[in-house]
Amino acid sequence: MSGDGFSRRQFVTAGGAALVSGLAGCSGGGDGGDGGAATDTMSSADTVKIGVLEDQSGNFALVGDPKYKASMLAIEEINNDGGIDGKQIEPVARDPQSDNQRYQELTREFISEEEVDVLWAGYSSATREAIRPIINRNEQLYFYTTQYEGGVCDKTTFAVGPTARQQLGSVLPYLVEEFGPKIYTIAADYNFGQLSADWVKVLADENDAEVVGEEFIPLSESSFGSVINNIQDAEPDFVMSMLVGANHTSFYEQKASAGLDVPIGTSTAMAQGYEHRRLDPPAMENIYAGVNYMEEVPTESNTGDGGFVDRYYDMYPDADYVNEEAETNYFSTYMYKEAVEQAGTLEQPEVIEALESGISLGTERAPEAPEGETIELDGATHHVDHHMWVLRADGEHNIEEVTNRKIPEQFLSNTVGCDLTQEDEQTQYTPVDYFEEAE
Amino acid sequence: MVNGLNLAFQFLDSFAFVVLAAAGLAIIFGIMGVINLAHGEFILVGAYATTFAVTAAGLPLPVAMVVGSLVTALFGIAVERTIISGFVPNWIGQRTVGRDLIEPLYDRLADSMVATFGLSLVMVQSARILFGNSIETVGTPFGNVAYGEFSYSTYRLVLAGVSILVLVAAYYVFTRTTFGTRVRATMADEQTAKALGVDTERTYMLTFGIGSGLAGLTGALFAPVLSMQPTLGDQFLIEAFVAVVVGGPSVVLGTALSGGVLGAVSATVTNLTDSTTFGRIALLLAAMLALRFLPGGITGFIERVRSRRQEGE
Repeated sequence: MSGDGFSRRQFVTAGGAALVSGLAGCSGGGDGGDGGAATDTMSSADTVKIGVLEDQSGNFALVGDPKYKASMLAIEEINNDGGIDGKQIEPVARDPQSDNQRYQELTREFISEEEVDVLWAGYSSATREAIRPIINRNEQLYFYTTQYEGGVCDKTTFAVGPTARQQLGSVLPYLVEEFGPKIYTIAADYNFGQLSADWVKVLADENDAEVVGEEFIPLSESSFGSVINNIQDAEPDFVMSMLVGANHTSFYEQKASAGLDVPIGTSTAMAQGYEHRRLDPPAMENIYAGVNYMEEVPTESNTGDGGFVDRYYDMYPDADYVNEEAETNYFSTYMYKEAVEQAGTLEQPEVIEALESGISLGTERAPEAPEGETIELDGATHHVDHHMWVLRADGEHNIEEVTNRKIPEQFLSNTVGCDLTQEDEQTQYTPVDYFEEAE
Repeated sequence: MVNGLNLAFQFLDSFAFVVLAAAGLAIIFGIMGVINLAHGEFILVGAYATTFAVTAAGLPLPVAMVVGSLVTALFGIAVERTIISGFVPNWIGQRTVGRDLIEPLYDRLADSMVATFGLSLVMVQSARILFGNSIETVGTPFGNVAYGEFSYSTYRLVLAGVSILVLVAAYYVFTRTTFGTRVRATMADEQTAKALGVDTERTYMLTFGIGSGLAGLTGALFAPVLSMQPTLGDQFLIEAFVAVVVGGPSVVLGTALSGGVLGAVSATVTNLTDSTTFGRIALLLAAMLALRFLPGGITGFIERVRSRRQEGE
């Protein structure tokens, strides 16, 4: 059989180009802002304009959509309750389609044309780093709500999700104590995965454990036969998994069908992409998530009658799951409300100052965050001292609580010494610079 | 440490993945000159149809897989009739404005790419709108084979068996049946084939249906082991295109050989380095070298050697 009429080289060039353009879509791009006038020309004073950029289509739609929904829930609740300082919130939301270039365009548009008072934006760390230069140039108040690798010390950015040190620090010590000191790390092969793996080494050292093997897996990989063999070869006491994205989800199904039954600790599975609801049991059996929130977190304010979960599904009856980031979007909107009311103005420098004075939720003034009890925003680092849970999936994928405790942000505050109330910074610190084990 | 059985299983795994990813694409490209950038989304149709046949209709998995493949084949025929050959729009056009509305996309590489790329975007977003950001998966059947401290999912071995069956069946259909002869005649010289009484229009339609059905079968077979999301087709695209290019002009033999070569390279390097990253790099490097030194692909090279030898005799 011979296909005449077209050269295979043509086919390659054409097909390759289309593949690349289809897959990339996230080139760095410029960070040109439109001048730093945003803080001076505030939007009309009778409403509070909240910008929300969360993915409702594209690769991150599964995890981004609950964030959008939770922001809308918080805004509706606050508006029904009289607004912020008597002003109604006017949400401005657009779908960035999981595309970093679109994020940059929309961020510029939100700052210079919509003149939002505050911005919530982005799922991945790559997105955050794509828009942070624009945020910085315009000194825009910005909430980043995803659990992430940690280390962002930035005057106008509030990274209020839990950091790798908080997440891994909740689950890893428990697994060492329960199963033994030999750890095998599998992580997605990019910034987040690499830094998380460094944190596993640091935490292993602190807990007298040892990383016996480590493998980084490209985001496009969906066949895990060799990874499973490598784990079996190393015979670890448990695995730490920081796999990310739709392709990597296949790992859990494949390890179950291959009969790999070693316990797995994770900061990424279940809480964000609700794999325990989507996969057929027992794929997620014996997986331990170290997280600040999952829909199943058994606090009164969360799963209780009329709690956060009830209110979420009342507003969105067809929603699939309330994920970790949804809770963070939700409570951080209340933190913003507290700060504006404390500052008595929408002027962003004053609101940032109020946020830095230390906002707590779960006190007399502010409602409790669904993750439980009081949680505090640390003014110096712009991070949150979270209530962290270790939750385990059983053979039927029911979620049970293993442990829970309060874990503060530690890397920026104790190790780096970031204090944004004293010094303006726009840096992301990494563990390699501070810990020998991470090298 | 290299364990022989691990290597063998990983080779079978990569071989099955490459062959199944590429089979449908190879047929549609090799025979019809249409670069189907919606190939991944045809796989998506097969995977979703199979999953729904199990979860919603309660069919047993093997039956559901047949259903999934057939649904995709029918879907493929519908696409061929409307977008690729333009039969339906032209039929409407003839009756309303009195002329054809679109030119068939056969042997128009760039045009077919743009059209099918658009189709793939529409399909991914439609799946998202209709079924949400994910659907529930069905579990993997058959358990595992254990050997020493290692074990491997039995189902992955079944996939390898099926991929060989697919190759044998395709080889039989395209070389040993009247239909296959017509297909090859149409491919070699459409005008002459038409003059000799071959209904080329119908041949194109059925071939596209078979190619789509094979993509659907791939989706059906991988449905139990993958995460069911609208973008699941993406992960097959690179291997599929690479395999078609490395394979060369002979559709079935080319797919088998490139599956073998790429599978062997990827499994061996992965095993030697204990890293899937290097396995993947090696696979793509092998493809680049193959293109540089065998511009006609493996089967193109074989043909050249053969014709040279015949000249020598």
